[in-house]
Amino acid sequence: MIAGAVLASTLDLLALSPPGWGATLLTGLAKSVMIALGAFGLGLLIGTLGAYGKLYGGPLARDLLAIYTTIVRAVPELILILILYFAFTSSINNLLLSWGFERIQISGFAAGIVVLGVVQGAYATEVLRGAILSVPSGQIEAARAMGMPPLMLAWRVTLPQMLAAAIPGLANLWLIATKDTALLAVVGFAELTLVTRQAASTTKAFFTFFMAAGALYLIISILSTLLFARLEAWARRGQVRPGTS
Amino acid sequence: MTFRSLVAATLLFAAPAAAQEVKIGIAAEAYPPFASPDASGNWVGWEVELINAVCAAAEMQCVITPVAWDGIIPSLTSGQIDAIMASMSITEERMQTIDFSDKYYNTPTVIVGAKGGDVAPTPEGLAGKIIGVQASTIHAAYVEKYFAGTAAEIKIYQTQDEANSDLAAGRIDATQADSIAMDAFLASETGMACCETKGAVADDPVILGLGVGAGIRKGEDELREKINAGIAAIIADGTYDKITAGYFSSSIYGG
Amino acid sequence: MQANPTPSQTVSAGPAPVQGFWATRRIVLALIAVALVGWSVTSLNWSWLANPKYQALLLQGAWNTTWILVVTMVLGMLLAIPLGLAQAAGPWWLAAPARAFCGLIRGTPLLLQLWLLYYGLGSLFPSIPWIRESDLWPILRQAWPYAVLALTLSVAGYEGEVMRGAFKGVPHGQLEAARAMGMPRFTIFRRIWLPQALQRVLPTLGGETVLTLKATPLVATITVVDIYAVSSRIRQDTFVVYEPLLLLAVVYMAIAGVIVLLFRWLENRVPQRTA
Repeated sequence: MIAGAVLASTLDLLALSPPGWGATLLTGLAKSVMIALGAFGLGLLIGTLGAYGKLYGGPLARDLLAIYTTIVRAVPELILILILYFAFTSSINNLLLSWGFERIQISGFAAGIVVLGVVQGAYATEVLRGAILSVPSGQIEAARAMGMPPLMLAWRVTLPQMLAAAIPGLANLWLIATKDTALLAVVGFAELTLVTRQAASTTKAFFTFFMAAGALYLIISILSTLLFARLEAWARRGQVRPGTS
Repeated sequence: MTFRSLVAATLLFAAPAAAQEVKIGIAAEAYPPFASPDASGNWVGWEVELINAVCAAAEMQCVITPVAWDGIIPSLTSGQIDAIMASMSITEERMQTIDFSDKYYNTPTVIVGAKGGDVAPTPEGLAGKIIGVQASTIHAAYVEKYFAGTAAEIKIYQTQDEANSDLAAGRIDATQADSIAMDAFLASETGMACCETKGAVADDPVILGLGVGAGIRKGEDELREKINAGIAAIIADGTYDKITAGYFSSSIYGG
Repeated sequence: MQANPTPSQTVSAGPAPVQGFWATRRIVLALIAVALVGWSVTSLNWSWLANPKYQALLLQGAWNTTWILVVTMVLGMLLAIPLGLAQAAGPWWLAAPARAFCGLIRGTPLLLQLWLLYYGLGSLFPSIPWIRESDLWPILRQAWPYAVLALTLSVAGYEGEVMRGAFKGVPHGQLEAARAMGMPRFTIFRRIWLPQALQRVLPTLGGETVLTLKATPLVATITVVDIYAVSSRIRQDTFVVYEPLLLLAVVYMAIAGVIVLLFRWLENRVPQRTA
């Protein structure tokens, strides 16, 4: 009851033009989505290399990848973000300074993408490894026996078939990426959660702003789920469905 | 492989800093009336105007960069920002890690508590109470040294704003902070309804410091001299007083 | 029998054959690891660890992290069972709210949920006089109830989804057989359905507990003094930037290792399915 009254009296704080904070929230949302996209992309790249490395790489590569995925999956993202955010930028700068270059400034945006991408990469490695394993090995052997070069084999045989198996896991990873961007609030990056927090503490309308931000995250989540469901249907288009053949 | 792709990805996104651009770090959390974001996301406040004036006077191209207060010194030492101007007091402890410019303001330290509550700014007056302070501030250090023995609990907040919210919500009994920042809170609707000043704490210059200055990486004397010159220039030509008049009824430069 | 759907989602990749384990590269890797540890012990700054004040704080923080994890996992699972059951077999007016709840929890960041509860809900309470005067107030004014509530709801949301799958995965024939034998509905649930569903989630539960462990440091943002908050405090007091974070990473990895081992032990104690 009280919450409802408080909510109604502060709804105009969400207006798109000042004194409403709507536009600022949407800018924060855009930044969150862009970081999530970048991190997801980087994660896919690392994950593809990691999955191939784990399956077909030498023993050393496998050991190193096992260490990487184990550490990332056991240490809280918040701590990885802090370690990478500070250690990463300062070590790059130390390296550049020692080589006689100027200090570069790594934007919070780039650092956010790299940090979340490294985290995503570890999970993507496992998802993609499982998906590659789901491709019948006879097909890969057949293609190899026909003399197909490795890259073409990956492009023509493995990738299209593993996609269907990988999509549910990747959809999950994407949702994790969008939610993990909220952790960047802790290092002061103005994504949706931090902007919401600033708006809430300035106006004291905590409920209104946290609910609004929750709704925005939820919209992203629902839209992505629908999109990935269609994507999965598309990726499975060639497959025989049980009961219809 | 991963490391190399990482470096490559980062370098793609990272633009080399323009020659004269100086990144001034402020706390990403609102600290009214010194620095807080307005509804369109722009940072406003006394300190923001001061930064712009100092930079103009020193002929520097400044970019105001919000950084989490929690990590503001690491951000400076790791090179994400070039100077801190976030109401940071000049203390001996911090000077072991970073350098400071001359001070640009100085305010007394007060204890604020709930209206009518039996709180006083002394160890006895805070016996059995829950005190909230902002993390890594002179106030946190002071409370730890003088009130930890008698207080029931010391709660550490990332921002003074959160401590104020919790004071209004009755979750803490008192908070210690700059009198100016607290005046602004006490003048707000929430502050007026709940709380009042309980008086200034006894001074301890070693902990409470020598006023607020700009933090700079050790050894960057050129930047420090420029900022010092900028501060001196705006005080001399009256800009400092003009900015202050927009926010406060009297000077906050302090003795 | 149907294929066992157990995904290997636990942390480590499993031990390699014993004779191959100490191959040359592993010895080299181990030497590098030893060198790294040696380097960090000698050239990084660990002097703060000798301070008894910080030692006591670290112990207290580790204890808070542990009990919050255990309490929220247990409470969360207790909520997840009805949530999963409602979705798997409940009428629509139970299934729909349960689905909505799981979607809501899984679709928004935990950090946001935590702040909504602590700053939103928590700031409403004091404006209601009878709450402020009640005996509950000394508890409600603290931070940990909000932390426990937020984490419990989060566990319930994620595990509710897992339990839904587990309940659906129990072979229908068994339930029908029990019904045919005239077993009461609640007994079927208690003796057949629930134990089999729990057995199915057991292999994933270790991984899920590690995920919850990784979410616990967020409670530090609402002034709960967990191990993460202690390390932040040390970093802010001493201006030592990386070392407390490194220690923290090691502590979390150790806790995660204990969790994985514990669940492996538990899994071995539970009799294997034979059908």
